[in-house]
Amino acid sequence: MTSLVAALALVAVLPLLFIFGDLIHKGATSIDWNFFLKSPVPAGEPGGGVANAIVGTGIVVGLACVIGLPIGIGAGLFLAEYGGGRLGWLVRFVADVMNGTPSIVIGIFAWTWLVRPLGHFSALAGSVALAVLMMPMLARTTEEMVRLVPNSLREAALALGYPRWRTSLAVVVRTALGGIVTGALVAVARIAGETAPLLFTTLGNLNFSTSITNPMQTLSLQIYVYATGPFDEWHRLAWAAALVLMGFVLVVAIAARWATRQRYGTR
Amino acid sequence: MTAHLKVKAAVRSTMPPSPSLVRHHAFGNVGDRTYRTILTLLALLLPLLLLAVAAQLAVSSWPALKKFGPSFLVTSTWDPVAEVYGAAPMIFGTVVSSLLGLVIAVPLALGAAIFLTEFAPRWVRQPLAFLVELLAAVPSVVYGLWGVFVLIPFLRSVAVPPLKGLLGWTPLFKGVFYGNSMLAGGVILAIMIVPYIAAVSREVLLAVPATQREAALGLGATRWEAVWTAVLPYGRSGIIGAVMLGFGRALGETMAVTLVIGNRHELGASLLQPAYTMAAAIANEFTEATTQMYLSALFAVGLVLFVVTIAVNALARLLVWRVARGAAVGSTAL
Repeated sequence: MTSLVAALALVAVLPLLFIFGDLIHKGATSIDWNFFLKSPVPAGEPGGGVANAIVGTGIVVGLACVIGLPIGIGAGLFLAEYGGGRLGWLVRFVADVMNGTPSIVIGIFAWTWLVRPLGHFSALAGSVALAVLMMPMLARTTEEMVRLVPNSLREAALALGYPRWRTSLAVVVRTALGGIVTGALVAVARIAGETAPLLFTTLGNLNFSTSITNPMQTLSLQIYVYATGPFDEWHRLAWAAALVLMGFVLVVAIAARWATRQRYGTR
Repeated sequence: MTAHLKVKAAVRSTMPPSPSLVRHHAFGNVGDRTYRTILTLLALLLPLLLLAVAAQLAVSSWPALKKFGPSFLVTSTWDPVAEVYGAAPMIFGTVVSSLLGLVIAVPLALGAAIFLTEFAPRWVRQPLAFLVELLAAVPSVVYGLWGVFVLIPFLRSVAVPPLKGLLGWTPLFKGVFYGNSMLAGGVILAIMIVPYIAAVSREVLLAVPATQREAALGLGATRWEAVWTAVLPYGRSGIIGAVMLGFGRALGETMAVTLVIGNRHELGASLLQPAYTMAAAIANEFTEATTQMYLSALFAVGLVLFVVTIAVNALARLLVWRVARGAAVGSTAL
């Protein structure tokens, strides 16, 4: 029976190894300086790169963090510090349920509020959708990390006459900072690859653009367009873009793991 | 939580009311109140957002719901030209592809979780758990890309011919397999939800008290019997919750499924034929919706998807919380 569950575990992670293998096999040969430095060329022509998508991903995700991090972390602090009552239960439950809400539904929500009234697609609308997606995740991981702070630290601060808010910010949050950063990194890794909520908000853009009120390209959107296109050249670029995106997600995920290990050891 | 609150309340009530402290205390109270208000408002944003999403979907889909009523759910015509919309094929495709995903994923994920918590040598646990987490970190669109260019050719040349030879007589495997199909959608979903089910089941199994195992082992059970008779029954509701969380994920999964399922508005029993899902329909048609009614029908599809996933997730969370009380299981699994 041990070997049966071991075999099942092996089969469960096998696709990951295949996907990594294929990404490197099919994507690595297309990656050169042009790939990072040039924007796409007209369909059917060889060459070109995804510079616009790389910059776009950075802007859209960065803006999502600006909106989502304070709200998500604040909600997490509420849950850890004041979340014992009924409201805490509700927020915790809603956060967990929202974690499972289909991201495409958040996409059409952002479209209704930010694209239809303004009359045009924009990077900002996509960032808002991504921010909504990262908030519940952040709230729950922040709560977990803050809860790991030993009570003796709070009690020491309170006994020294610190008010509660200063205890929370100067002692508790500072102690849990590594864990909170980990939660933020995990959330960033997750939203960086999101495509569905960007389809009707950020839309995609064939040209280089840094204006957040205009459509913008992201790596995820570019992979989708290139994967569904008819040209071999596009498929080649799609694999390369997927390798870059996966590499980014992997680096962030490993950094997140490393940060937690430094702080709390492993379970 | 409540324990340390009580300690703090006790600490505060025993503070001597010296003049300097009183002043400090009064100032602290203002600060405390402000701090608490700000955090509470930020936290309240989450339930408000959920309500806003629900209300907005209901309002936007109202024209379609008013026109078609409950028949929207059971009609299988989807004709933007004649302005007749029914979501039955998408609902069918969503449920069947997700169930197919579950059938494949559940044994693998539970096997992995049991192996990770009960049997794996210590040096294997961390790396293997990390690999499972990484599987959850792969973006949906990358799964889709891989599905189109690797999984579908593999299914076509390796997996489907023997399946057809063996089960070709059943309605499930009738017809010609071109690639984009319910089967491809189910398999890609299975790969994608394995890490969620495995991660949450692992947390649930870790939350089972060691005394459960020890008692069974003490009675002479083998390690496997201890897992089967003492650990799994204890964590049963949590594991059911984990499976339902995976189901919820599968229902709402968009990009990978859109790329491989074939996007055909038809009901069919054969897994080898193209199908459609609710999320895929929104992804494909939302920007093409030229009339108010078309748009409203797509919002109605979104509303159905939203309500179903919320219900599945809510039930799943309650089940998981029964075992691992209040824990944020799964949210740390990327």
